[in-house]
Amino acid sequence: MTAPHLRTTYLTTPAPVADSSPVQRTVEVVGARPVDAYVELRLAAPEIAERAQPGQFVAFAVGGETSGLLLRRSIAISTVGDGVVSVVVSAAGPGSTWLTQRRPGDTVDVVGPLGRPFPAPPAGARALLVGGGYGAAALVGLAAQLKAGGHEVAAVAGAAAADRLCSVQELTELADILAVTTDDGSSGRRGLVTLAVDELLPDCGVVYACGPMRMLQAVADAATALGVPSYVAVEESMACGIGVCMTCVLPVVGSDGATRLSRSCTEGPVFGGDRVRFDDVGTLTWDVVGADAMGVTRP
Amino acid sequence: MTALSKTVDMSTTLGSVPIPSPVLTASGCSAFGRELEPFTDLAAIGAVVTKSVQLRPRSGRPTPRMAETPSGMLNSIGLQGPGIDGLLDAELPWLAERGARAFVSIAGVRVEDFAELATRLRGVPGVAGLEVNISCPNVESRGEVFACDPAAASDVVAAVRAAADPAQPIYAKLSPDVTDIVSVARAVVDAGADGLSMINTLLGLVIDPDTMKPVLGGITGGLSGPAIRPVALRCVWQVHQALPQVPILGMGGIRTGLDALQFVLAGASAVSVGTAVFNDPSALGRIHAELAAALGTRGFASLREAVGYAHR
Repeated sequence: MTAPHLRTTYLTTPAPVADSSPVQRTVEVVGARPVDAYVELRLAAPEIAERAQPGQFVAFAVGGETSGLLLRRSIAISTVGDGVVSVVVSAAGPGSTWLTQRRPGDTVDVVGPLGRPFPAPPAGARALLVGGGYGAAALVGLAAQLKAGGHEVAAVAGAAAADRLCSVQELTELADILAVTTDDGSSGRRGLVTLAVDELLPDCGVVYACGPMRMLQAVADAATALGVPSYVAVEESMACGIGVCMTCVLPVVGSDGATRLSRSCTEGPVFGGDRVRFDDVGTLTWDVVGADAMGVTRP
Repeated sequence: MTALSKTVDMSTTLGSVPIPSPVLTASGCSAFGRELEPFTDLAAIGAVVTKSVQLRPRSGRPTPRMAETPSGMLNSIGLQGPGIDGLLDAELPWLAERGARAFVSIAGVRVEDFAELATRLRGVPGVAGLEVNISCPNVESRGEVFACDPAAASDVVAAVRAAADPAQPIYAKLSPDVTDIVSVARAVVDAGADGLSMINTLLGLVIDPDTMKPVLGGITGGLSGPAIRPVALRCVWQVHQALPQVPILGMGGIRTGLDALQFVLAGASAVSVGTAVFNDPSALGRIHAELAAALGTRGFASLREAVGYAHR
């Protein structure tokens, strides 16, 4: 028996693993460009670029070889091309701030590409891409791939304010329609991304989203309610990015219908939107596999 | 030939089991080895010390499970894992197929759990030995950690030694959170431990100044990384001085070959690399090469010659 809030059928299948294994390389920064509240870094990383698929990420060592900051910073790949990988960095703490201070000619130790890419859309489906804050950067490469594959693309970029929007210009060029929303109305429509999502969803056959957890939940719920499959790329904090530290887990329903605490790095970051138990993130419920051994049993 | 190119014999043993390299993974820091395959030759390292396995599958604790700290991190994973069946069905055969040695970390909440795990692992291909994770709460002693009580620690080790495959050495993993680590070491060796793994993490706490609450879901967590290296080295030094014949698998904040060298000089005949793997997934091969070079430049022809050298 499953918990009452659990579905019995799913619109998505778990994202398959990537085609290629990751590599670890010391690479040169060939571009560093402030973009409103963020910094776009361009890395000469041909072996990562040739392996990367949209939805995957890279993990940076920060602070140099003698750094006291040991944990890797995982950041979604925005685009790849001509041997160059680009990422958008938001300076949040000392590690990401160090990254935003890199300049052309500097080198960084990076591992990638990591994680599972976005699954292919249903044949002929119009795709809706939804990005929150710098999460929109993770959708640029996907938008280009979908357009190249003959799919129509509608996109929504949302943020708290205009300076927290990201990749709007790139998505404008790639998407057939782009809607912009901000919480304060400083750019586009005032409100949450769901304003635009609710309007665009009925014409779409698949949804891809990247951004804060609450936004992903709202978008996934809206898609599921209309019977549209959705895939979300989550941003959990990770220590390693490669699957060994076990810190980035969240409750996800697997193909067998059982919920497991699944690693965002190797089993994600892309999950079926109807398979992530958003309300249970950060808790342990009795129906998670192995919860009984933790003393959490069925009430 | 320069001193650097001199070949140093890096072979060593885990108990009686020969291994080609003194550099191993650390339990809980490399899962079951699979994820390191793109970065590390798993058959060339000393062994994959597995994440601790228990009898049943465990979900582990809810997030947040980690907090970054100066030169280290605090973790509270809660021993997430597939249980012994999952280990035997999927993980150990995968390692064995690749010629990688598994040093299986076992954990339980009562003495019989440990003994049953040791029994299940008898004769399993590729299992080089067992590391007994006694830093678990003992349900029969109001949750007191086995490793903090020499008698309870001895009970576990004696039961494991009696149940385990005689060909598999067993190492007891000691906690630094004790008043006198030498007395715990002596007790578990008397109970039949073939070697000692030291040290486990130190218990720590981080409070978020914004929420004014502990960061970790499990409130306290285990501190690891270079921050604990001097503590670990002191423990290895003290135990090797008291029990010079007992093999030690040293660990605690090893990030470079020179860090590993310190543990060897203090008395470790092999080392585990843990948290450094999060920072550098290629760390094991790199540290092996750096340690070999460091031994060579210091005139050692073999790793064995350097074990405990700082005491002489």
